[in-house]
Amino acid sequence: MSTTLITSDTLPGGKHWSMLLWRNSRLKLTDVEGGANVGMLFYNPFNILERYNAPDTLKCQHTFKLTEGHCLYSDMGRIFCSIVADSFGWHDTVCGNTTKASVTKKWGDSSYQVDRNDWYQNGHDSLLVEVTKYGLGRRDLPANVNWFSKVVVADDGSLSLDGNAAKPGASVELRFEMDTLVLLHTCPHPLSAAPTYPRKPVRYEIFEGPAASTDDPNRLSAPENTRGFENNRIFQAGCCQGQH
Amino acid sequence: MLKESLLDPEAAHHRKVVPAGDYWMHVVRKGETLRILDLEGNQAVDTLFFNADDPAEHYSACDTIREQGNIYLSTGTVLMSDLCRPMLTITADTVGRHDTIGGACSTESNTVRYALKKKAMHACRDSFLLAVAENDHYGLTKRDITHNINFFMYVPVTPDGKLNFADGLSAPGKYVEMLAQMNVIVLISNCPQLNNPCNAYNPTPIEVLIWGAGP
Repeated sequence: MSTTLITSDTLPGGKHWSMLLWRNSRLKLTDVEGGANVGMLFYNPFNILERYNAPDTLKCQHTFKLTEGHCLYSDMGRIFCSIVADSFGWHDTVCGNTTKASVTKKWGDSSYQVDRNDWYQNGHDSLLVEVTKYGLGRRDLPANVNWFSKVVVADDGSLSLDGNAAKPGASVELRFEMDTLVLLHTCPHPLSAAPTYPRKPVRYEIFEGPAASTDDPNRLSAPENTRGFENNRIFQAGCCQGQH
Repeated sequence: MLKESLLDPEAAHHRKVVPAGDYWMHVVRKGETLRILDLEGNQAVDTLFFNADDPAEHYSACDTIREQGNIYLSTGTVLMSDLCRPMLTITADTVGRHDTIGGACSTESNTVRYALKKKAMHACRDSFLLAVAENDHYGLTKRDITHNINFFMYVPVTPDGKLNFADGLSAPGKYVEMLAQMNVIVLISNCPQLNNPCNAYNPTPIEVLIWGAGP
């Protein structure tokens, strides 16, 4: 497999960004120090009403966690991206984000006026700023992914963040199966029990690479994903061919 | 937690049987109590809530489960909005566990879950879309159709992180009841899914009942 690095950078903890990733590009995220969280959402840039759908993603793959082999679905039955490599093993997509109120309650007051760019940003407002760049608003924020956060469920249904799961250098790599607008933040997970506001940097690398082959592991990981890939093929053939 | 209601169905000021495959959209005022009754058992009742005074504020599955620290909804659960504000509180429940992870079926997700040729079968998200289109005075659109509750569905998580679609815990006559903490628009799609063994491939009617705020 041959891939070419297009760009890379490190996003400090507690920040947000967004980017357009073309089909077949790859996004590799690395939790440099261990204990990072990356909130992420996906949209179809050509039909912004098509967006990441966590329930559809979980339901069609009979999974609560996200890891290698899984595909991340839109609400229109298409695959935004495949998880092609994952050394972390269990990522959350049900807990949502910190808010201004929850950050203040956990870690105290922080403002731009006092702390300048070290202020405690929160996941909800971070995604809100990014989504508003594209003409959307708070009605357009569905459940997001939280990379590098392992949330487990006990028999009684209780939820907890596994504080021992952090791995310095852990990485996850996504291959985009359609052109996708990606929003992300590096704010703490909402269940974080860190005593002080965790500010964990995340390295991201973007590669060009080959399309999924006919025997691609994600495509064949479940009959559902084979059908998801077929939905993408029909979409690309009918709608996107020659668009760029 | 199992808890029976003391409310008398004869005293409800609104009662409506909703057939499988139909939607029901209705404003429940602050202080009123809404009951959803599973008439024939193991029906999935896909439900969304909006703040009737500002419909941009809607039910949030993430905020609800995170704030209570538990994925199951039952008596005592506070149903939260995307602004992390209480919308309704579950005050009685004879089932014990309800799902808010699994979302609503759609024609598109049916192609992935079952077969590409299933795309023309009726689905909850079509009912939601018809509801917001036919009731456009609320100003809701597809962007507001977010992650819903599945009353009477049981979707447990295994220790290794798998999701099961288990046989329902519900049965004929079981119900869940909730007290509105704000004026809410209730949007129900009584699920028409014919491909899922959860409802024995037989979607059935439900009844909704509303009691006033009391003296």
